[in-house]
Amino acid sequence: MAWFHRPKYTIIRRPAEKSETKIPEGMWVKCEKCDSILLKQELDDNLNVCPKCNFHGRITAKRRVELTADEGTFQAMFENIRPVDFLKFPQYPEKLASSEKKTGLTESVLTGRAKINGMQVALAVTDFFFMGGSLGSVMGERITSLIELAINENLPVIIISASGGGARMHEGVMSLMQMAKISAGLARLSDKKLPYISVLTDPTGGGVTASFAMLGDLNIAEPEALIMFAGPRVIEGTIKQKLPAGFQRSEFLQEHGMIDTIVNRKDMKNTLFNLLSNIRSPKQYAGR
Amino acid sequence: MADEHYHVLEFEKPVYELKKKIEELKHSAREKNLNVDAEVKALEDKVTSLRSEIYKNLDPWQIVQIMRHQKRPKTLDYISMIFTDFTEMHGDRSFGDDKAVIGGMAKLNDIPVMLVGIQKGKDTKENIMRNFGCGLPEGYRKALRLMKFAEKFHMPVITFIDTNGAFPGLEGEERGVAEAIARNLLEMSHLKVPIIVNVIGEGGSGGALGIGVGDRVLMFKYATYSVISFEGCASILWKDAAKASEAAKILKPTAKDLLQLNVIDEIIEEPMEGAHVDPETAAANLKKALVAHLSILLETPLEELLEKRYKKFRSMGVYTDEAQSAI
Ligand SMILES: [Zn+2]
Repeated sequence: MAWFHRPKYTIIRRPAEKSETKIPEGMWVKCEKCDSILLKQELDDNLNVCPKCNFHGRITAKRRVELTADEGTFQAMFENIRPVDFLKFPQYPEKLASSEKKTGLTESVLTGRAKINGMQVALAVTDFFFMGGSLGSVMGERITSLIELAINENLPVIIISASGGGARMHEGVMSLMQMAKISAGLARLSDKKLPYISVLTDPTGGGVTASFAMLGDLNIAEPEALIMFAGPRVIEGTIKQKLPAGFQRSEFLQEHGMIDTIVNRKDMKNTLFNLLSNIRSPKQYAGR
Repeated sequence: MADEHYHVLEFEKPVYELKKKIEELKHSAREKNLNVDAEVKALEDKVTSLRSEIYKNLDPWQIVQIMRHQKRPKTLDYISMIFTDFTEMHGDRSFGDDKAVIGGMAKLNDIPVMLVGIQKGKDTKENIMRNFGCGLPEGYRKALRLMKFAEKFHMPVITFIDTNGAFPGLEGEERGVAEAIARNLLEMSHLKVPIIVNVIGEGGSGGALGIGVGDRVLMFKYATYSVISFEGCASILWKDAAKASEAAKILKPTAKDLLQLNVIDEIIEEPMEGAHVDPETAAANLKKALVAHLSILLETPLEELLEKRYKKFRSMGVYTDEAQSAI
């Protein structure tokens, strides 16, 4: 369950015969999938989705919160829960520090109350840019606390994963135990008949997939997201051959019965609202 | 133990060399009709002290070597030594029967129990049949079926962990091994019968945890439990799988480490040189612990049992919480 095994997209996404196109400096970017040259602003305005080929690029947890919660309604909680290098693991403090600097986050997940089209929800979003969005003690404690909050306040839970990292090796077996801890919280949420929607985005892997990301009452994915248990390179090492195109992508998982539906980023917020409205009316949730 | 020299571990070699010397000395003494009793006695004392010295100070990598000893007892060995009337129950009722994950009903003394375990092979042939103890989705779903059966008929569940992980292949991904493991974590956390988990050999990440949630987690003295393989960790850290011994020290995977971190509840003693030297003694130790824990768990009211199980896993994690410490 290791985020470092994320694939070389060049194998799967970019046909080898395509020549490298020179990218003009500054305001232009090239789509990873179709090689279109796009205005950076144009791509940003389109939520980092390629307007030509619908390739969904990765976004930060903060951006994801902006796209999901009504403006100004997200209240970050459990931010005081912070990581400890209790195994004295090589390079762990440095990795935490550089991730903090890069993302402006204190850990690989944001948790808190939010409103979606006026409906109060408990929202967690993991961030791939913070140590691969990996699951350690802090993510485990924050998400479990959020689930307990949802139980106490009668709220639906939405967890949006961008965690190629799976369980974080820097905290040893304790990271593994977070899978059990969060799943136990979800069992209690389920016993209360409160809904949980798991949104899987690129990439989601290892111990995150093998715990909360697969346990939604509804599992929803963005298009073409890599969703896996073992990383493609590990599997290639086992079977000694190249993996078929589209393997472990959202569409593959839907085909194999693991995902309820695939939703474009621009439609995600309204889809979440509509689905939750069906399960129970928003009024019934409105705790505060 | 006529064949023990076939499986001498690296760190045991000094002891083995001494033992060989004693045999040679005895042999030549017989031929020459000499009395070497005093010399033999001195050497044997040296063997004893050398051996206890080595085993008193095992480092994590030496424990890994004992854990990986090819003669180490497997799940089915413990089942046959500890329980009676074992009837294996096959299949997940949906796709097939995984030979790596086994289970069925048995009796512990007079108590009917459900056993679920991961089975490695004792030799190459069995290992191929067992997929080297690497479970597929249908294995984890069979495990869940048996646990639900146990819940329905008020039978405690006892699981045995010995795997280097769920199988990382095409079929596992296609049939949703991640979902199968995740489902087990959720269901085991609120299964309405007592669950005792035993780490008997290798506890390899998610594939181990997939049958690893319970009221008690017991672990043999020379078993290991880790989030990642030592070789895998070493390749990431130093681009060199040969540094696995270093990774084993960092990851804190031994029973002693995990008792300190409250991940396990009890260390089950093994014979000094490992369970493979005397499986019956290891099994007797485990049986004693199982009987003791089960009698307590069976006396515990269901609500309290489930609350304690929840809190057990709820409290796992190492972090700081400034808000709390400020109060
Ligand atoms: Zn494109």
